Amino acid sequence: MKESISLTWRRIPERYKMIGSRCTTCGTNYFPPRGVCSKCRRKGKIEPFEFSGNGKVYSFTQIHAAPAGFEKEVPYVMAIVELDEGTRCTGQVVDAKLEDIKIGDEVEGVFRKILSDDPEGPIHYGFKFRLKK
Amino acid sequence: MAGIIGYGAYVPKYRIKSETIAEVWGEEPDRIQKGLGIMEKSVPASDEDSATMAVDSARIALERAGISPAEIGAVYVGSESHPYAVKPTATIVAQAIGATPNLTAADLEFACKAGTAGMQMCMGLVDSKMIQYGLAIGTDTAQGRPGDALEYSAAAGAASYVIGADDESLAIFEDTFSYTTDTPDFWRRSKADFPSHGGRFTGEPAYFKHVQGGFNGLMEKMDEKIENFDYFIFHQPNAKFPYAVAKKLGVPKEKLAQGMLCPTIGNTYSGNVPLALANVLDVAKPGERIFVTSFGSGAGSDAFSIKVTDKIEEARKHGYPLSHFIENKEYIPYAIYAKLRRKYKGM
Amino acid sequence: MRKVAIIGVGMTKFGENWEQGFREMVTEAGVKAIQDANIKGDEISAGYVGTMASGSLVGQEHAGALIADYMGLNPVPITRVEGACASGSLALRQGVMAVASGLHDVVVVGGVEKMTDLDTAAVSQILGGAGDQEWELFMGATFPGLYAFMARRHMYEYGTTEEMLASVAVKNHENGAHNPYAQFQRPITIEQVLNSKMVADPLHILDCSPITDGAAAVVLAPLDEATNFNKKPIEILASEQASGTLALHDRSNLTSIKAAKTASQRAYQKAGITPKDIDVAEVHDCFTIAEVIATEDLGFFKPGEGGKAALEGKTKIDGEVAVNTSGGLKSTGHPVGATGVKQAAEVTWQLRGEAGERQAKDVEYALTHNVGGSGATAVVHLYKRGY
Repeated sequence: MKESISLTWRRIPERYKMIGSRCTTCGTNYFPPRGVCSKCRRKGKIEPFEFSGNGKVYSFTQIHAAPAGFEKEVPYVMAIVELDEGTRCTGQVVDAKLEDIKIGDEVEGVFRKILSDDPEGPIHYGFKFRLKK
Repeated sequence: MAGIIGYGAYVPKYRIKSETIAEVWGEEPDRIQKGLGIMEKSVPASDEDSATMAVDSARIALERAGISPAEIGAVYVGSESHPYAVKPTATIVAQAIGATPNLTAADLEFACKAGTAGMQMCMGLVDSKMIQYGLAIGTDTAQGRPGDALEYSAAAGAASYVIGADDESLAIFEDTFSYTTDTPDFWRRSKADFPSHGGRFTGEPAYFKHVQGGFNGLMEKMDEKIENFDYFIFHQPNAKFPYAVAKKLGVPKEKLAQGMLCPTIGNTYSGNVPLALANVLDVAKPGERIFVTSFGSGAGSDAFSIKVTDKIEEARKHGYPLSHFIENKEYIPYAIYAKLRRKYKGM
Repeated sequence: MRKVAIIGVGMTKFGENWEQGFREMVTEAGVKAIQDANIKGDEISAGYVGTMASGSLVGQEHAGALIADYMGLNPVPITRVEGACASGSLALRQGVMAVASGLHDVVVVGGVEKMTDLDTAAVSQILGGAGDQEWELFMGATFPGLYAFMARRHMYEYGTTEEMLASVAVKNHENGAHNPYAQFQRPITIEQVLNSKMVADPLHILDCSPITDGAAAVVLAPLDEATNFNKKPIEILASEQASGTLALHDRSNLTSIKAAKTASQRAYQKAGITPKDIDVAEVHDCFTIAEVIATEDLGFFKPGEGGKAALEGKTKIDGEVAVNTSGGLKSTGHPVGATGVKQAAEVTWQLRGEAGERQAKDVEYALTHNVGGSGATAVVHLYKRGY
């Protein structure tokens, strides 16, 4: 999968450091960041907010049939993680087998390669999760 | 002189046993294990590389340092397996830890001693007050040629050091000395997949000559004695060389124990001495002294005299000790190892 | 606002249509629908077509213009609409609005997707664009992965089992075996589903709708004039669409698709009927769990009971409510943009009594339910005989 250079670069703050946004008007945190608060819309005052990467497993699966670029990684575990700061996001769970995971397990954020299938292209780094055990 | 404000180390979860590799190449496992002293080595997952491990270790170091990443004025990453041949690992790490944009950064290569070279550079920048804090990292996902002796040891790991003023440090650098020559004991041409080495030539003219050169040079410079140090760390390409050089130098082998990681994780190349130092710092008590001698093929040795301060106990309350990663392991068979290390044609 | 009727339907066979490309399929479906409507073609004053990803799948955008040209309908305006897997129903809804408003009289609605010209991994990546491309697909979550998250949660909250999910696929294959247009016309068993290759745990390959080529079309006209063309017009009682969060992780509840609930509640209210009145429902079973959740969202069963109901046979052709008499997406196949329109064709045949061996009894009210992505778009239409 070829992701454009500019798009990759634009997403670095979110992918590397989980920088989302916070609506200071209603106190809702968003990841990925949003320019418009879903609740307050134009009345919402938005500023950047960095998530810790800590959270709990809300749901999970193991992918066997991969999308383009991920073929060599299968099978890999993915989860919807309920982040400690109040919102959810989707990410891979590393160093874990399907049997190791339960809904409610605590996870921490780690820095890994997400996509590097093109040997002459850029490497896409970003966050994944690891079980805190 | 400058000191260590924070340190962190990381090793991937997967391990392959020497006996597993020996079976593939028709070697006797016992002979290999006895000869090298390596029981198993770490293997990076398919989504890990020198940058990802560097970041994970740097984040631990920063937690212990207790400083804002924006205060870091320099990032140097030493490796022989930088993800890019051109495009620095240091900027990826600097961005991922939040040190950008007000800093200098560059990548280093000096075989297994690029990490310690980075530490010296940060020491100089801090002592000269060019920067307030520097970050030096040694990280590698080393590649072993299939069937070669180095396949048993080439491993993966990273360790990071936040370096700053001595009065803030959990361990201070008392002095440092380096010994460097042009010695072709181990090298890799840029388009080659695997390194080449000089076999037995890598012993006396390379490892032993330079480690002794670095060790003796620093001892003489400081007018110091072996008995004044509690821990000795030597570069460990296998478990034999460090004990052999310790014997030659008169260093009691018990003082090497805490810094001996290669039996359980292999040779992490640029991470080798930095990880060993982290393992020692994980247990060292205030007032204890550590003598560190690294070695990098090509060839050179960096020696350091380090004294632990009373700030170490507070620092250790944060992050994970290296043992957390060393003990949390999973064994893999050779076929999976070859897939992860992309040794198959067509990968 | 005028009442709208379906006066003609048609579809191609769904399957791996190697011999047919995008334009061949859509013209075949269009011609069949026009013939079924007993119109000459000159009456058509507008068209709407749903196709999710013609640009990525076959490199062809501007589908509306292509169809107008290849159907010989120039200068009739034909507009392409897109709402991921709900594109077909979106096109139907646009057609309904065009006729209801009085802006147009006879409108042709089509849905088409040509998916087999690329390999599975490439198609899987393109389909991922129905979800949040940057924060779901980019992280490695495929479409089956997203529905697997929903299945895992449904199992956790309600005790739904893999066996209950498998029974949905079994029922749909049973129905599809009687559908000459279906991609798969062979029955399967629960064991076969549970033993089939895992795609995204806990969904096996037989829990998932396939990659399919196909096209379907319907012709719409004002109900008051419909019998001028076809003696058996089908009245569209309600056409409702609602939006939900793009990413599954932003949805507060993974065991229900809120947009589908909203759309169906509005549709029932508009039509003045309740879920109990529905005799036949074509729902969006892109995965078995999706059908279970759909039957709950549409009010056929209480939340959490959809799986048990399926296992107990309540959604079979002779059950409490005949769900997916066509064989659903699972057995008929899921050419993404075509599905919503094919659902309308199926309920038309059911209401007319023309569904052959898969005919349900005493069909008075029918419903179609079409979902885009993991629930970011949901469209519900209600139908009854207009004669």
